[in-house]
Formats: sequence, structure tokens, C-alpha cells
Amino acid sequence: MKDINVLMVGVGGQGVILASDAMAEIGMNAGYDVKKTDSLGMAQRGGSVVSNVRWGQKVFSPMIKKGEVDFLVSFEQVETARWAAYLKPSGVAIVADVVVIPISAMSGAVPYPSWDEIKSVLQPQTDQIFFVPAIKIGQEVNNPKALNIVMMGALSTFLDLGDEAWLADIRRKVPPKFLDSSIQAFHKGVDEIKSLK
Amino acid sequence: MKQLLSGNEAIALGAYHSGMGFATAYPGTPSTEILQNISSMEGVYSEWSINEKVALEVGIGAAYAGIRTLVTMKHVGLNVAADPFFALATTGTNAGIIVVSCDDPGEHSSQGEQDNRHFAKFAKVPMIEPTDSQEAYELMDWAFKISEEFDTPVLFRSTTRISHCKSVVNVNRERPSNVSDPKFLRSSAKYVMVPSNARVRRIAMEERIAKLREYVENFPLNEMIMGDRKLGVISSGIAYQNAREVFNGASFLKLVTTYPIPEKLIRKFASEVEKVIVIEELDPHLEEEIRLLGIDVSGKDFIPIIGELNPEIVEAGAIKSGLIPTPPRSNTTEVPAVQIPPRRPQLCAGCPHVGPEFILRKIAFDSSVKPSLTPREMTEKEMVITSDIGCYTLGVYEPLGALDTCVCMGASIGVGLGMSKAGIPNKGVAVLGDSTFMHSGVTGLIDVVYKQGNTTVLILDNRTTAMTGHQGHPGTGVSVTGTKGPEVNLEKLCEGIGIKDITVISAFDLETVESTIRRCVETDEPSVIIARGPCALREKIKGTPFEIDADSCIQCHECLDVGCPAICITGEDINIDPAVCVGPACGVCAQVCPSEAIVEMKR
Repeated sequence: MKDINVLMVGVGGQGVILASDAMAEIGMNAGYDVKKTDSLGMAQRGGSVVSNVRWGQKVFSPMIKKGEVDFLVSFEQVETARWAAYLKPSGVAIVADVVVIPISAMSGAVPYPSWDEIKSVLQPQTDQIFFVPAIKIGQEVNNPKALNIVMMGALSTFLDLGDEAWLADIRRKVPPKFLDSSIQAFHKGVDEIKSLK
Repeated sequence: MKQLLSGNEAIALGAYHSGMGFATAYPGTPSTEILQNISSMEGVYSEWSINEKVALEVGIGAAYAGIRTLVTMKHVGLNVAADPFFALATTGTNAGIIVVSCDDPGEHSSQGEQDNRHFAKFAKVPMIEPTDSQEAYELMDWAFKISEEFDTPVLFRSTTRISHCKSVVNVNRERPSNVSDPKFLRSSAKYVMVPSNARVRRIAMEERIAKLREYVENFPLNEMIMGDRKLGVISSGIAYQNAREVFNGASFLKLVTTYPIPEKLIRKFASEVEKVIVIEELDPHLEEEIRLLGIDVSGKDFIPIIGELNPEIVEAGAIKSGLIPTPPRSNTTEVPAVQIPPRRPQLCAGCPHVGPEFILRKIAFDSSVKPSLTPREMTEKEMVITSDIGCYTLGVYEPLGALDTCVCMGASIGVGLGMSKAGIPNKGVAVLGDSTFMHSGVTGLIDVVYKQGNTTVLILDNRTTAMTGHQGHPGTGVSVTGTKGPEVNLEKLCEGIGIKDITVISAFDLETVESTIRRCVETDEPSVIIARGPCALREKIKGTPFEIDADSCIQCHECLDVGCPAICITGEDINIDPAVCVGPACGVCAQVCPSEAIVEMKR
């Protein structure tokens, strides 16, 4: 059983915590010891959100050390750059194309960097960078809130649990009204990565 | 059954399975979820109290009445509840009572950092600390037993990374079927703390601690894990988990009874290893206790005393002190310097606090003086804005930048009164939320009347405790279980205190907010302005979003001063995000725009 460290990053309100909760449960159900912890700012909305999820034979600290993240799953572009140093050499970065401009960049004081600039921060670490058109997928399945499920689909392609392990958790968690679109979003996340690999 | 539980969920479930029948709390990060989880448990009375002091007092009543009781709060909450906490330590209890203190190392969501382990030694009560959710679950049972056997409250200390970390729990107990019936045993010698009785109890407290010192020697969850005997690491709480990551293969003594500490066990461990270190978060509590035993020990000389630990920080300390070798340098390639804009917490689009704080910035701060971090003299026309603890504290950040002080829950009014009584020439406004006013602002307001102050108090009334996740409070009448009781009417409360000048306004009506504040600060009597508006996250107020009419926009960018997350600038052009903007129910930006360029979106 290989130890797996996942860092999920994004902005308050994007569903990062729901996704990392699911991720931890899926790991537990697959027989791993798991720990997960979130860091979120004081605000209900708009602050940075970071979830550490660890699967392993035996997990002690819930916090992942810098340079030891296997999968950096980023729900927002610039958050990728903020946490890039946590990725281990040749680790996988999965990045949604979503941009949420922070107040500090709104006034134009610190400009929001371009995707090329953000990518340049990742590239010294890894060439395993997957840019997911999550906004388009959200529109296609008519459920923009399914961003976190798109990202779970994308991540699932790197782990050997089979789709059903993930879908079972999604079925348990998602309200019936959004279930069909969520399952579609999951599959589109899977397909997207398969087409990029 | 295996379950994935946060520390807070495990505390709640562990207490439930130990026959807890009563639970009280005041919400505060990272403790809030404990009572939220308890609220749906059958057979347990649970309540959000008005503040932590009252929560503990109500809890003491229940424990005196023979019901196992849990009282939860954040670290600074125990400061508020310190008076009844020390009193309870003196009287002891009837049924088991556990006070859960959730500390926040690193101030993720707090006005300060403090190590509440000191409270155990200070009040002479036993303390227990779990290292994960499994222990949090199991230790609840032990804590109730200790409380009853030794006639004492138990301080159960958690931290953010215990409370908010999810880990696997083997749920192996069920709630006992025979939970005890309420019964108070009359005993003035035990429960009436006049000096003559207190002196007797004082002796009992010392005898209790002496017995507890013996008891913890054989506590089964304190654990020696022997590995390489060159290094012995003594640790507790989340620091233990971080230490296990870093000192791979070393010997460990994991302590869950951290006051009093098991002396013989520690001596035994120390005698079996060559070198003893302590890895602990915040203050050197264990280190000092162990050093008092005459054991040569180190810790805080290489582990920071400030902030939250993580494996990286512990590793850096261990390398610095030569305990572990420096890892081989990886060939790090140059990372290009890309400026990453910080993402500070901010008020939401449609938040009712934005309008009043925008006005405070406008009328209380000289716009010709650039904001800076250096203290500066106030100009004559400027006003002092004493503020408080809640979402509105985020108004300290630019572009709102509208606050001068934030001390502790409810302090805005007292601090404002003090400044004015001290004789500063500037007018002032005390700003706080409805929940904070109920918590402890009201006592400050009574003092204003009593001292014939002329303080202007601005209550930002969003009818909820928003920052901790929308808990009810006396002003809403909503209980933790969601039932609706009578509301304590803010206006009548203020009137009853003796405030004659009370104005209720809409938080979204900027003109009225400004004129009311300007009028109130000029009078010689105290005044209360209640600026009302629902929390945008709680009540669905979303309507047709606004957009910029490019023909009318003069690119003055004044709307950016509102600091609304829906408004953003690209080049010189302002854009409003229609997915985020709530529209006319808020309309603060449209009122700020001098050229009427912010209009409802055309279909």
C-alpha cells in the first residue's frame, strides 16, 4: 500500500472541503489509515482554503511537509502557485482553469498572474501539469457547483481504486437533484485527464 | 465500527457514549462543531449560552444536579469563564463535568494565542489531551470517571489540528441505557463558598491533586513506545503526531494526562534512554514540569514557542540542534519570481456590514492621510472607531480600513467610554455585532449609562452569530436545536438600560447610516444605532445583479473602495461579477457611484 499525500487548494465557497472529506472517506473505505485537515481563513467566503489529505499504512501528522505532496489539486489558478513548493519533484499538479481574483488584485496593486507565469512556477518541480477546463465542464453538465467533482474525477485517474469507489461516495453525499449532473461531471473529469495523458 | 471523525465529532460522540446528559457552549472556532454535533443527540439537553461564563455556570448547575455535563469553548472563551471555572475547581461536583478548551495555536481564527494548559495548574484540576480523534473519543469516558472519582472538573484540552482533523475512529461503545436521574444533594459546606467553607475545600483541592498524581501513573493511554534508545521524545497532543513523523525510530513517551504528569513513568522512560527531549506546541508546560523532577531535558531551545507546529518546523528544529542529520540537498532549480497576490479574508458580496464600515471610513478617517502601519496623531475632525469581535472586524483591512481597536468580545463599548473619559478630543463610535452585544457588550453599555458617558454605539445587527457559522443567540431566540423561543428585543433592552436615543436603520441605506452617525456623535448623551440587514450567506437576498453602464462610468474607481468581492478592475474598466453580486437588496456600490453608472443588469 503506497502512501499518498494530496493537497487540495482553492478559495472559500468552491467545495474544497467537501472534496477532501470525500477523499478521506474513500481512502478509509479502501483500507487505508487516513488523516485530513483544513486550513481556512476567518472569512466565510473568499479566503484561501487548503486541505491536506493523507492515505497510508499508518498516518501520524495530518500535515504534509513541503516537497512531499504527490498530487496538488488546485481549484483556482493562482492558488496553484501559492502551494507549488509543496509538490514533490515530478509530482502531479491538476489545475482547474477557474480564476477568483483576490481583493488585493482587484485594485490592480498586485496584478493577477497569467497562466503561463503560474505554470513557470510549477515547471522547475514537474512536467506533470494537467490544466482542466472545469468552467466549460460545469456548463456542459449544467452544474457549475460540480467543480469539486470534476477535480475528483481528474484525480481518480491517478489512483487505482476504480470509478465505483469514488461514485459510491458521491452518491452518498450529493443531493438527488444534483446527482446526475455530478456523475456526469465526474466522468468528464476522468475523460479530460485521459485525453491529456 | 470504523468512522471518519473530526476531533470535535469524536469528543461529542465520546461524551454521548459516556452518558452525557447536558451540554452548553458559546460558539468559537475551533470548538463550535462539538455542540452542533451534540444538538441532534437524543436524550441530551444542549444550549448555546449567552457567553462562556454563563455556559459554564449553567453546566455547573446541571453537574451539581447529578447529570454528566460537557461545556465547550475556544481558548479565549475560558478567559471569560475563568471565574466559574476556578469556583467549580473549589467546590468540586456531583456528576462528572468536563470543560473542553479548544486552543488555536497560530491564531487561525482568534485575536490572540494562549496555552490553556496553564489553566489546569492554575485552577489545580486534572487535564487530558488527545493526540487524535480515536483518543478524543475514548478519553471522554475516562474524563467523566476522573471527574466523579476525584470530585473535580476535568480540563479537556484540544487544539485546532485535533478538533478540525479527521481521522479513523473505532467506535466501540454505545450509550449506556441507565443514564442517572437528576438529583441535588443539599450541602452548604460543599456548594456555598463562604470563607469558612472555602478554606476546607482548599485543603481538599491539594489532597485531590496529590491523589491524582498517583492515579495518572497507571493511566492506560499514557504510552511508552520504545525504539532506538539514543533519543527519547516526550510529547502530547498534535505535537506527538508531528514528532512521530520527524524522529523516525526513536523512543517515545506519549502523554495524555498532561496535568498532573506521571512522575514515575517519566523517570522510568528517562532512565531507559540516553537523551530526553520534549516536543510540545506553544509554552514549555511539560518541559518545565519534567525539569522540576530533576531530569535533564530540552525542547524550547530548538522548537518555537510561537505558533502552530508542523512536521517541517519540528524537523527544522531537530536539524538545528543536531538531533537528526541534515538531509542531502536536492538540486533545486531556480523558481521564477512571480508575485502572488495575497488572499486575505474579506466580507461577502451583499454583507450588511460593508455599508456602515464604508461610511465609518469616510467620516472618521481623514482621506488626505494615507493609511500606514506607523502610529500617527489623529487630526481634529477624525473619529475613533473602537470595534469588536465578529465578521465586521475584517473591516480593518483595506480598502475599508475603518477600525481603530479590537480587544476582546464586547470591549468596543468599554474601550470607547474609557477613551472619552480619558479626555481625548476626538469623537468616537463603538461598533459591534448583535451576538457580541449580547455576549458582553451589554454590560459595557450599562456602564455608559451609569457613568453618564456620551458613547455612540453602532450595533451591526445581522440577526445571527455569522462568523462561527450562523448560530442563534438571545436576540434571535433560535436555539441550537433550531427551535424558536422568545427574542430578547435589542431596542427595548437598550431602552430598559436607560438609553433614550435609539435609532433603527437599514444597514444598506448609506445616506441614513451617515446622517444618523453624524447626528449621534454630536449629542451629549449616549446613543445606540441599530443598523439592520440580514447576513447574505444565511438569507437568500440575491436579485438581479448590477452591471456597469460603460457610457456613464467615469472610471473614478470609487466603487472599489467598497471592497466588494463582486467588483473588479481590468485595466481601467470596472466589472461586476453577476454570479456574485446580490443586486438591489444590497446596492451599496450603486449608492457610492457618483455618476449613476451602476445599474441593474438588463435582461
